[in-house]
Amino acid sequence: MKILVAVKRVIDYNVKIRVKADHSDVDLTNVKMAMNPFCEIAVEEAVRLKEKGVATEVVAVTIGPKASQEQLRTALALGADRAIQIETDERAESLAVAKLLAKVVEQEQPGLVILGKQAIDTDNNQTGQMLAALTNLPQGTFASEVVVEGDQVHVTREIDGGLQTIALTLPAIVTTDLRLNEPRYAKLPDIMKAKKKPLDVKTPADFGVDVASKVSLLKVESPAERKGGIKVASVDELIDKLKNEAKVL
Amino acid sequence: MIRDPELINQLVDTIARFVRERLIPNEVRLAEEDAVPPELLAEMKEMGLFGLSIPEEYGGLGLTMEEEALVAMEIGKTSPAFRSVFGTNNGIGAQGILIDGTEEQKAKYVPRLATGEILSSFCLTEPDSGSDAASLRTTAVRDGDYYVLNGTKRYITNGPEADLFTVMARTNPENKGAGGISAFIVEGDTPGLIRGPADKKMGQKGAHTCDIIFDNCRVPAENIIGGKEGQGFKTAMKVLDRGRLHISAVCVGVAERLVEESLRYTMERKQFGAALAEHQLVQAMLADSKTEAYAGRTMVMDAARRKDDGENVSTLASCCKLFCSEMVGRVADRAVQVHGGAGYMSEYAVERFYRDVRLFRIYEGTTQIQQLVIARNMVREAS
Repeated sequence: MKILVAVKRVIDYNVKIRVKADHSDVDLTNVKMAMNPFCEIAVEEAVRLKEKGVATEVVAVTIGPKASQEQLRTALALGADRAIQIETDERAESLAVAKLLAKVVEQEQPGLVILGKQAIDTDNNQTGQMLAALTNLPQGTFASEVVVEGDQVHVTREIDGGLQTIALTLPAIVTTDLRLNEPRYAKLPDIMKAKKKPLDVKTPADFGVDVASKVSLLKVESPAERKGGIKVASVDELIDKLKNEAKVL
Repeated sequence: MIRDPELINQLVDTIARFVRERLIPNEVRLAEEDAVPPELLAEMKEMGLFGLSIPEEYGGLGLTMEEEALVAMEIGKTSPAFRSVFGTNNGIGAQGILIDGTEEQKAKYVPRLATGEILSSFCLTEPDSGSDAASLRTTAVRDGDYYVLNGTKRYITNGPEADLFTVMARTNPENKGAGGISAFIVEGDTPGLIRGPADKKMGQKGAHTCDIIFDNCRVPAENIIGGKEGQGFKTAMKVLDRGRLHISAVCVGVAERLVEESLRYTMERKQFGAALAEHQLVQAMLADSKTEAYAGRTMVMDAARRKDDGENVSTLASCCKLFCSEMVGRVADRAVQVHGGAGYMSEYAVERFYRDVRLFRIYEGTTQIQQLVIARNMVREAS
């Protein structure tokens, strides 16, 4: 079985995000970029399935600028066999990304597509679901466990108030939640070897998909600074404040 | 020489992340247990940290000096004892065999050093001898197909754990100088190789040193590095150039970590109604440390590039070792100072680093030895 894994280049999770002075966007100058953490979990799961003998090939795909090849190299170092970059400098939105991925799915015919449930930059949480709709494949989102059995994949999903396990007929779409696995560190010799693995570069035009943004970004602002809390002396005082100051009771 | 910037960025990023997520959170445990946690040791081997400077054909990464310096600076950002465990396999423990060893010697040992399957040590220092070749007393006397080693080696890094030792011993008692010394590969389980108890040290807990005593230790004659007598001290000196640049890079990494710790603390801690970092006398210390760490980084990178270009960097490597080890001492001192009372408390990392960095001015050639090397080279080149 072939597994397709989608990865996205985002600001490294350790970086303190700054907004540009004119509030037009987030400031990306000299900012360290990395693979979206949920995508790392997706790559890890695919590689583990390959190591277990469930999968025979892992293909990583990304949509983004030339520099996003770095994230594909990371996926290759972690164990993916080959990579596809669909190069664009546009801010590709969820639907455009899902359309492009649908084309890749059509071309590659994977048994399983694994994506992060969302990317930590815009937190949309849409691409996996849209891809399932466009390809008419079953979806298991927010996965905390993935078990392939015969022609089915059992996905344990993290839902409000508990866990839900569903069985999907392959091929299927899975999006990863935080607790699915703990991604490994790439081995240094594998990073060197990843350079020699195949990486195909395509364009959105090759797939006939228009990635022009349908959303105009009006203004970006930092979240309001949190004010320090206070200690109250008694429950009565707390109730009084909740009623009369916060007016939530 | 950076062969492929993208590749090296990825290596450095991966190591930086491992340091941040796995090593830094375990610094206190390392110091308290005086041992590298076994699961971390396994992860370090798995990652390939034991073979950084070992050529690819022997299973290492074959990093150039400039690449190795960048990597060492990242590794410097955590307790030096972590680095010490794989430091000898990348440096003094393996380089002797790599630089001057025979093909058979390389094939037999180097691949296992690259994976960390075996751990190595370098035995030069003795109770009455350090960087001074003339006073080296350990002897190796030929007896048929063997050499019989007798003598004591002191403060041997990784001595309690090592599986393989590169040992400097005098094969020619007539020649009191460097030419009478040969380098031997001695396996750890050779009868007559006795390990003393681990030394109690000021800092760098988790990295161990001990005496290694050779008591009629019989070493196969084919284990003489390079297959001939009298080359040992030259081999040792060649090994030290690379080692000195590596240690200098580690000093830069530690200095950068201490600058980060100092900045974070002084931006949070308030005195006289303002963050410490807003006070000018504190700012002066922060600025001095930042500047010195940057100067160190710059000189190490320059010397490393020159070494990769084939230049003889013996003088420059000593300049780097001299400046960077003294520099990190000053930076650590200021880091404690800007922390005030907290800097004297074990709860804060700077107290531990203050003790850890003291060693940098001493091992792999003291500051004073570096001064001698630099000045003697200057005089020799000018005359």
